[in-house]
Amino acid sequence: MAVNPLSLESLSPAIAEIWLVAAICIVLMVDVFAGERRRGLTPTLTLLALALGAALTVRYGEVAGRTLLFDGLYLADELGWALKLAGFLVVALALLYSRSYLENRGILRGEYYVLSLTALLGIFVLVSANSLLTLYIGVELLALSVYSMVAFDRDSGVSAESAMKYFVLGAIASGALLYGMSLIYGLTGTLSLSEIAARLHGPAGPGVILGLTFIVVGVAFKLGAVPFHMWLPDVYEGAPTSVTLFIGTAPKIAYFALALRLLAYGLGGAVGEWTQMLAALAVLTLIVGNVVAIVQTNLKRMLAYSTIANVGFIVLGFVAGTPEGYSAALYYTLVYVLVAAGSFGVILLAASKGFEADRLDDYKGLYQRDPMLALAMMVLMFSTAGVPPFVGFWAKLRIFQVLWESQHPWLVVIAAAMSVVGAFYYLRVIKLMYFDPPSGALPPTARSTGVRFALGLNALAVLVLGLLPGPLLDLCARLIH
Amino acid sequence: MPHPLSILIWLPIVAGLGILLLGDRHIVTGRWLALIASLATLALTVPLWAHFDTATAALQFPEKLPWIPRFQAYYALGIDGISLPLIVLTAFMTVPVVIAGWTVIESRPAQYYAAFLIMEGLMIGVFSASDALLFYFFWEAMLIPMFLIIGIWGGPRRVYATIKFFLYTFLGSVFMLAALIYMYVKAGDYSIASLQALPLTLVEQRWIFLALMLAFAVKVPMFPVHTWLPDAHVEAPTGGSVILAAIMLKMGGYGFLRFSLPIAPDASRELDLLVIALSLIAVIYIGLVALVQQDMKKLIAYSSIAHMGFVTLGAFVIYEIVRATGSSHGAGMGLDGAMVQMISHGLISGALFLCVGVLYDRVHSRQIADYGGVVNTMPVFATFMVLFALANTGLPGTSGFVGEFLVIIASFRASFWYAALAAVTLILGACYTLWLVKRVVFGAVASPRVAALEDLNPREFVVLGALAVAVLVVGIWPAPLLKVMQPTIHHLLTQAIATKL
Repeated sequence: MAVNPLSLESLSPAIAEIWLVAAICIVLMVDVFAGERRRGLTPTLTLLALALGAALTVRYGEVAGRTLLFDGLYLADELGWALKLAGFLVVALALLYSRSYLENRGILRGEYYVLSLTALLGIFVLVSANSLLTLYIGVELLALSVYSMVAFDRDSGVSAESAMKYFVLGAIASGALLYGMSLIYGLTGTLSLSEIAARLHGPAGPGVILGLTFIVVGVAFKLGAVPFHMWLPDVYEGAPTSVTLFIGTAPKIAYFALALRLLAYGLGGAVGEWTQMLAALAVLTLIVGNVVAIVQTNLKRMLAYSTIANVGFIVLGFVAGTPEGYSAALYYTLVYVLVAAGSFGVILLAASKGFEADRLDDYKGLYQRDPMLALAMMVLMFSTAGVPPFVGFWAKLRIFQVLWESQHPWLVVIAAAMSVVGAFYYLRVIKLMYFDPPSGALPPTARSTGVRFALGLNALAVLVLGLLPGPLLDLCARLIH
Repeated sequence: MPHPLSILIWLPIVAGLGILLLGDRHIVTGRWLALIASLATLALTVPLWAHFDTATAALQFPEKLPWIPRFQAYYALGIDGISLPLIVLTAFMTVPVVIAGWTVIESRPAQYYAAFLIMEGLMIGVFSASDALLFYFFWEAMLIPMFLIIGIWGGPRRVYATIKFFLYTFLGSVFMLAALIYMYVKAGDYSIASLQALPLTLVEQRWIFLALMLAFAVKVPMFPVHTWLPDAHVEAPTGGSVILAAIMLKMGGYGFLRFSLPIAPDASRELDLLVIALSLIAVIYIGLVALVQQDMKKLIAYSSIAHMGFVTLGAFVIYEIVRATGSSHGAGMGLDGAMVQMISHGLISGALFLCVGVLYDRVHSRQIADYGGVVNTMPVFATFMVLFALANTGLPGTSGFVGEFLVIIASFRASFWYAALAAVTLILGACYTLWLVKRVVFGAVASPRVAALEDLNPREFVVLGALAVAVLVVGIWPAPLLKVMQPTIHHLLTQAIATKL
């Protein structure tokens, strides 16, 4: 691992962040001068900026091996590169799905797009962090952007309430994380993750375990693992659906990276300790998430509990404590993000002016009203339930496999049983859409061709990646090793 | 013909997707496409049977393409003597299903045909996969079309029935998946052959056996995890019931023969009494339950459970034979019987459900009490119905006789009491089936609705006629079927009674 002196060429691995900062300024300025009448400009410009950012990252951002930049504060590796590309894609997808929803609610404002971009910048910073400080800056940049997005519909009391809740609980989580980091810093005398990894070996002392506990709590809060999940259902339900889509997808990539960089990499020396903590969290998360999801009547809230359940699986990947396990968790995260983007996209398309389409009953007979939307949702639901031929199956299979390899038979049994419980509420959505007649007069679903095309591609990707899972599995394995 | 198995799997699936794209507006074309595709699939099994080498137990018509290099999983196909008859059965039974739905299905017909054709391809995939992961892939994927078939075109309680069906099967399957992955971690690849060759301790075998058994027992279904079946059958549309009874239940039996016996022979030997006891409970207790049913479909569903009890009995009685006589001589008969029983039950139960469908389409009731004296208005139909009913009771000359006879003979070798208890089915089966026939077909015309019945139309006649021929052929001349299975059964027996310890 080389620490490069600062030069223009050496900055190229950070091209994604640099471009994003520039793009944020451009979008902000253009939005200010475009005025009310050319509102359409900002969304288009943002999507262009994301596309260009992805192109630049592909062209200049790829690095071989691991390179440290900016005095070792910043780590450029292939994993970060790939996660950033995924981030560009997911945020673009989220913004694409959201546009008509925002328009219908009169909150199609430039700030929304700017905040999305700053959140993405936070994700990037987090993904590439090699120092506790960088990590924390990334976490906060992401979190603060997202808090404001949740409160974006300022006339909605529910949104404001959930933003408040999110902010307060998020602040506690950040506090716990920061406190844990400070303990680790005190014990090792360094902020650099690679230095911490080098200095922490042998059996972990009580100080390290204390610091570790706070860090695990912080990470669990961010991920939404039980018992630190309380914020998640309220925020998912209360936030405007477009924001729910946003926080349900891109930040998951970031928090995966947070767990990986902090626990697996920096605190890799204490792997025996934190895997035990995570195992307990995972079991609780799987059970609470799946069981509580059954009784929900609000689709957004149900998907929130489904998120919790899925986070349980991601955590199980970390429980294995091996590179195989981390790659399984990475695969699960990417698959989950793809499917979640689609599921919330369906809600956004089903909603219209004055109609949120967030109750489960709003999906009764969706097939009769909009076959394409129903088909996409069915694919996504079967995928989350883990039924082949959809990609969600492979994600679960991979987790089972690493649990067997790391000799956790009971976790396999619990995870298997909980997937059956989970199947029930996903099936219920399909039942409502396909088996029930439509109830009453519901407003028609959105008809914008471009967005439908994107959603169709999203669902198709779930199928194709399910039929041929090899390349993505290989990629995830390569990124971790 | 290159890649016959791939063609058999993908031809119906592609045709199904084609019908889906054509949509309900072009349903006339779609319907014909469905018929042609199912007939073509059936026709393609003829060369398969003709070129099948009956002298070897090795997998034939093998295909192997890399699928997921990371897991050493291959798109690997190949069939032997126990998969070939089941594939032919699958292709054979899909045709009547397509024809039976011809005018009956009015809502979303395109999806109806698409679901059945896609399911046909997936089921053939289950029987021809020689890679465990591919097997599981098909096995689970098949749930989706069946879930939709029951849920969309089913009866009043269809939602309850279909979710119950899905969750029961899913529960069994995930534990099988866990067991398969465990073995993969030890063996390094997913090929069924290497899982069968994998050395396992008795403790491992026991757990693996139980996990696999959960999956297969739900599918068969065995007592006490059978409760989903009557619900699913009653609520499913006729075609769904036919496929469910004729093919899907066979997957459980196939799983026992393909996975449980060769992979965990020692655990199978140790736990054989468990399976035998559950099978005998199915044969006797479920037979008694069938007796009191008021609903024709429910009665046939319970009769299916009782008959499938013979399959599991025949498969596991081999250990008792070895234990009682000290040699495996004659044990193959139990496995033969299990296989023949599967084929025969597939034909007979499918036919009986089609018969109920014929009545239901006219009267819109499945209650036995609503019928009586059908023979007066529908003599041709009554002939078929009586024939299938007699086959269901195991009348010599019909396929029902061969399977049950072989299994009972094999049980005799093990113990008189197994045979005696199994033979109770001959009485119980006759009771519930003949009583059903008596109440529905014979007697005086019971109601104006029965008096207004019209006899079979040509479409129905062709379907029931073809099934009747098949039932009689297998009953009178089972030799070709037994010959195809013989080397494989022999090989399976060697694997099943060998020890891995």
